[in-house]
Amino acid sequence: MTSQDQALPDLLSGPKALIVRDALLALKRPGDVLNPLFFFAMVAALFPLAVGPSEEQLQLIGPGVLWVAALLAMLLSLNSLFLADYEDGSLEQMLVSPVPLPALALAKSAAHWLSSGLPLVLVTPVIAMTYQISLSVTGILMLTLLLGTISLSLLGSVGAALTVGLHRGTALLSLLILPLAMPVLIFGARTVSLVAAGDGVAGGLYFLGAYVFLMLSVAPFATATALRISNE
Amino acid sequence: MTAKLSGDHLTLFRGDRCLFKGLRFALNPGELLLLEGPNGSGKTSLLRAIAGLLELESGTVRWNDIPMHRDRLALQNAMVWMSHKVGLKGDLTLVENLRYEAALRPQAEVEFASVLKKLGLNRLTRLPVRSLSAGQQRRVALARLLLSSAMVWLMDEPTANLDSEGRKLVAAVVQGHLANGGMAIIAAHQDFEVDMPVQRISLQ
Repeated sequence: MTSQDQALPDLLSGPKALIVRDALLALKRPGDVLNPLFFFAMVAALFPLAVGPSEEQLQLIGPGVLWVAALLAMLLSLNSLFLADYEDGSLEQMLVSPVPLPALALAKSAAHWLSSGLPLVLVTPVIAMTYQISLSVTGILMLTLLLGTISLSLLGSVGAALTVGLHRGTALLSLLILPLAMPVLIFGARTVSLVAAGDGVAGGLYFLGAYVFLMLSVAPFATATALRISNE
Repeated sequence: MTAKLSGDHLTLFRGDRCLFKGLRFALNPGELLLLEGPNGSGKTSLLRAIAGLLELESGTVRWNDIPMHRDRLALQNAMVWMSHKVGLKGDLTLVENLRYEAALRPQAEVEFASVLKKLGLNRLTRLPVRSLSAGQQRRVALARLLLSSAMVWLMDEPTANLDSEGRKLVAAVVQGHLANGGMAIIAAHQDFEVDMPVQRISLQ
């Protein structure tokens, strides 16, 4: 057997085990998953109450409000991405393991998205109803949120890795992440608004898709480097 | 080729303070290196530097005469790190914890159940790690070492939180590892008793 044959299962089994572990943890502590979700639902549900029941107005602000609420909910959950692992020492065990760190960082992002981004996308249709957004537009909204939250999980892992060693790094994390998250927010919300106004959807989705791939190729490596620095 | 872990001219500063300077060591299979010194003397920092968690000011750690910055993976494949943080998830059972860890590093061909029995953990497999005592959690961390095929054990205060029986157990486990041709570097502020010749580095 060549050394490469031996390396391959390691490359896949380590990250897979990490995703399974984090999923198991999320199941044992459902509060960590539900908190950001409640936050999202609450912010989004409060707007119609404050703005008033005018159908036209709600449909106009709906996509923007839902996107901002989603972005904030993702930020809320990002803070704890590496914190628990840092405090109990399992992050150190990842750093010294022979499994490539970027692969583990990617697995952390994937686990984070599964427990925060995906549930958020899934509850969107319910929230969208309070804004009287039509079914077809809701579909587009979910699609943009699906792509956008993947980008945010990846991008956020870099910020979370940089701030994990700091106490109260939440504000700093937001400052680091938000500028880079702006394009996602702008294109996500605008695409939905444009579709609602009868325009095409392709341009916005292409951009969001491209951003996902940019983040997929850059973020795991940046996260790995940031984790090494934070752990010195 | 026999394995060898060595370091020379190791120098590390923390802020303005020099923790150690020009330090050297060489470790062959079956040998134990004890790092001694009071709290804050840099024992843990030295261990972390050897583990690759901390950048040294100068000097090189070599595994089989290859500098670590050239091939970090070779040492990481052959090393397991026992920190003062146990690195276990409190919400998961010890079996779930160790099963996850098994995917992180090469595993030895030993029977899972026999390792747990040896460490006196076989009755605790269904409890979440959170509900184990600090000493029992250290034993789970020991299981991590016994299950891995790593040749080099880096241990930071392995006897902390352990009763006298536990300390004997650690000593026996380390001795068994050395007898099998392994190596260990142990940081201990209290005396670590094993019946075999050891190298010592005293840090001030």
